[in-house]
Amino acid sequence: MAQYEAVIGLEVHVQLNTATKLFCRCRNHFGDPPNTNVCPVCLGLPGALPVVNQAAVAHAVKTGLLLNCTIAAFSKFDRKHYFYPDLPKAYQISQYDLPVCRAGWLEILLNEQPRRIGITRVHMEEDAGKLMHDEGGGGSVVDLNRTGTPLLEIVSEPELHSPDAAYAYLTTLKQLISYLGVSDCNMEEGSLRCDANVSVRPVGVTTLGTKVEIKNMNSFKGVHKALSYEIERQTKAVSAGQAIVQETRLFDTVQEKTVSMRSKEEAHDYRYFPDPDLAPMTFSAAQVEAVRATLPELPRARKERFAAQFALSDYDATLLTSERAMAEYFEATVQAGASGKAAANWIANNLLTALNAAHLTLAQCRITPAQLADMIALVESNAISSTNAKNDVFPVMFATGASPQAIVDEKGLRQVSDTTQIDAWVRAALEQNPAVMAALTSGKAKAAGTLVGAVMRLSQGKANPALVNARIAELTRAYLPPPPEPA
Amino acid sequence: MISHTDIAYLARLSRLAMSDADLAVFMPQLQQILAYIEQLRALDTTGIEPTAHVLPLRNVTRADDVGASLPQAAALQSAPQVGDGFFCVPAVIE
Amino acid sequence: METVADFLAALRRGTLSARAAVDLALQRIAAADPALQAFLAVRADEARAQAARIDEQRAQGQDVGPLAGLPFGVKDVICERDHECTCCSKILKGYRPPYNATVIERLRAAGAIPIGRLNMDEFAMGSSTEHSAFQQTRNPWDTTCIPGGSSGGSAAAVAARMVPMTLGSDTGGSIRQPAALCGVTGLKPTYGRVSRYGLVAYASSLDQIGPLALSAEDVALVLPHLAGHDPQDTTSAALPVPDYCAGLSGDIRGLRVGVPKEYFVAGLDPEVRHAVQAAIARLSALGARVEEVSLPHTEYAIATYYVVATAEASSNLARYDGIHYGARAADTRNLLEVYTHTRRQFFGDEVIRRIMLGTYVLSAGYYDAYYLKALQVRTLIKRDFDAAFENVDVLVTPTSPTPAFKLGARTADPLQMYLADIFTVSVNLAGIPGLSIPCGFSEKGLPIGLQLLAKPFDEATLLKVGHAYQCATDYHTRRPANCTDLFDEETKE
Repeated sequence: MAQYEAVIGLEVHVQLNTATKLFCRCRNHFGDPPNTNVCPVCLGLPGALPVVNQAAVAHAVKTGLLLNCTIAAFSKFDRKHYFYPDLPKAYQISQYDLPVCRAGWLEILLNEQPRRIGITRVHMEEDAGKLMHDEGGGGSVVDLNRTGTPLLEIVSEPELHSPDAAYAYLTTLKQLISYLGVSDCNMEEGSLRCDANVSVRPVGVTTLGTKVEIKNMNSFKGVHKALSYEIERQTKAVSAGQAIVQETRLFDTVQEKTVSMRSKEEAHDYRYFPDPDLAPMTFSAAQVEAVRATLPELPRARKERFAAQFALSDYDATLLTSERAMAEYFEATVQAGASGKAAANWIANNLLTALNAAHLTLAQCRITPAQLADMIALVESNAISSTNAKNDVFPVMFATGASPQAIVDEKGLRQVSDTTQIDAWVRAALEQNPAVMAALTSGKAKAAGTLVGAVMRLSQGKANPALVNARIAELTRAYLPPPPEPA
Repeated sequence: MISHTDIAYLARLSRLAMSDADLAVFMPQLQQILAYIEQLRALDTTGIEPTAHVLPLRNVTRADDVGASLPQAAALQSAPQVGDGFFCVPAVIE
Repeated sequence: METVADFLAALRRGTLSARAAVDLALQRIAAADPALQAFLAVRADEARAQAARIDEQRAQGQDVGPLAGLPFGVKDVICERDHECTCCSKILKGYRPPYNATVIERLRAAGAIPIGRLNMDEFAMGSSTEHSAFQQTRNPWDTTCIPGGSSGGSAAAVAARMVPMTLGSDTGGSIRQPAALCGVTGLKPTYGRVSRYGLVAYASSLDQIGPLALSAEDVALVLPHLAGHDPQDTTSAALPVPDYCAGLSGDIRGLRVGVPKEYFVAGLDPEVRHAVQAAIARLSALGARVEEVSLPHTEYAIATYYVVATAEASSNLARYDGIHYGARAADTRNLLEVYTHTRRQFFGDEVIRRIMLGTYVLSAGYYDAYYLKALQVRTLIKRDFDAAFENVDVLVTPTSPTPAFKLGARTADPLQMYLADIFTVSVNLAGIPGLSIPCGFSEKGLPIGLQLLAKPFDEATLLKVGHAYQCATDYHTRRPANCTDLFDEETKE
């Protein structure tokens, strides 16, 4: 039997997180009562006219540069016509033949090998509203709050050959776009959406098989499952000598399979033409370079820098640069005086654990980088013990946002490094532990170690552990039998 | 020459319910108008830039500042059918 | 008391209150409109209340605006908040926009008082106002004739002296042609001179709002309060608006006037030809230098126009689908029928023809042959004008090849109706300004219009020439017979 390979191209729609919509000044916001973030423009009222949001254009150019695209010297908006109740003008303002960005690539890691996936184009368009189907069967209802939300459509070349590759493409794309800060990329809330074109062909063949479009995949895992199912379905069909029907299939998230839409609708005839209400856009080389200069450091470069600059492990450097917010938090902590090593440990081990447990994001974290750095300084200057820091100070900082100094003062946790006081605790411990004393006098020097716990208890954990060890060694030496004379 | 099939297709594309009687009226009219428009083909326009806009406008944008939206009641005030703040339509089955 | 200039002078002097100005207009509408049917709706109470506020503010010494108290009419294609705006289509019956067009905001800010909505061809598609879904406006000079279109209500209302000024819209001649056929002055400004925000789109790259009034001077008084950049309209030009009145010197000596030979061809009514040639002679007598010029692509203008305009119209009118506003057909079984029945039932035949034509020229396989081709020819037409204006300051042509025709005379033949736009559509394709002024009457007493064209954004020259001509002639001051009776009544009171 012939071996088959899958050919996958992905179309990803990303909602831009601008303050306002693409063509009007309504809020670009999710979750409000229906039809409240609307105006004559996004309602498609007769006579209303679109005006392009500057920030959305800037986001598009940045994303194009992120994806190594060529930015068009001349770009324009076109109208794409179709009738649907969530599209009030009965046309979508989109870009047809002259998108803002084209011909780029995205590097993904597949089996730990870097691979470049071609990006055909990135274009701007407006989102449609939301059509909801009444479960009672009475009809459907339309909310136009989402209408006009700025979208980028990112189209890949058909250069992905497995569900794993598609998954890696999506996670990398999401990470990069999140890094750029132009979108929340939340697939569950719909700010990132993905359709796939899939075909199979015998290995070694270079022409493309008949492609099937898959829609309705609402998570990255769903994309993986849908593609796995569809590739298997097509492979079986082709192996059995059946032809693949060019069609659109929906992913059934419950049954985890793709289902034909069986749409009777004829081939689309969108009748694109340049939108006469909008002026074309031009981008000079100088403008593009100016935008390029504002791009943030990307995860890979940042990881390598972190590893080198702060002597971090590959694991820690990867973790700390996986999200831009975390990398920035880390750098701010170091900026505030913490050592890279300590900051990395506290963030990777304590902060992330606490955030996960509380189901919070870094943006919601009450501990500022400066406070974390202060706490680390208290530990490193021996003002508090690291045990106190972990158990008594950090949790309060996390819960209340209070400064570590205030917590230490309020709880009286400041570490005692006064030798007179520590000596008093050591003597008291010796008195309370006659067995230790006996062991010492019989020459068992190691018995002194058991005093540490007693001293810490007597000091309520405040005694400086290093000093405690030193003082115990010093003060117990008197009880030991004299060492044998050198021969 | 535009055919009956073409016109039926145009009617579907532009969401116009057309009876055969309607098509019989519109077809000769559209044929006549299109025949008149055919004269454009006689003109050599090789290398001529198309004019989609008469004004040489470029890069007209606005700042990303939030402005006023309409109250829900105003947004819905002229809709044929509304309910619970939504526009209502017959069931859309996919 | 009929012109904008008369009204404003009296209002400023205080010899006419805003309230009295509104009452005068309402009285004239009540007297003249039953026979002419220019107005779809008149809002007496609201206009009186606005007038009363202006009078009160003026009495308190407040700045009430340069047009304070001036009543005006609005073509039913321009949105006014909470006032029904139907574009004379059944599909928008009951539609009340929740916002004002920019021109309405500006005129109201200047103190002008909108008094009612004016009849038009459905969605501004037509040249006779016979395509209104609601009523037939008649020509004040002969009520068996059409008033022209699509701004037929706007032209008839001014011609019959019901209001001193109206707003129209012009996509292929819809201000200039009815102005010519009703014997009034109408300006289609340069594309981008006046904001389109709130103008219900027919063909977005051609549409412009403009004023109709009794003289070039009146247009000059009003235009500054319509024109200028609007951040809500990307295609409105960010250019300063001149003081048009300052240029009305009456002196056009040395002005270079071009007469395009392609506009004086077979099909031009001999009476129109004669009147226009007499007008050209008059301009020459006033000191202008007249020369013949050529606009070689004129013969392609109508074909080009009907491709570009219908393509854009098919797109702009797609939104009328019975979902978000306006009418919805009853007894539909599913969503598809809501669309197809609503659109078939509530669009008139002319609108349907243009939607189908526009859909055709944009559809797969035909785009290049029709739409793209038309945009290329549009370039050639624009270049013709650019070249002509290198040598002349204005072009002079007839506005319409014939005076007003009889009601129903051309409704059976759509193409014949389209051909009547021959002298006006090029102007929209090129985006240049055009002014129509009265220049004579036919033997039957029907008005004849003269069209003046200028470079983009040179409305000032058009108004200067129009004013100079009107200083030397009295065609623009003549009233239709029934109006004369009406005014005599007023004088007796």
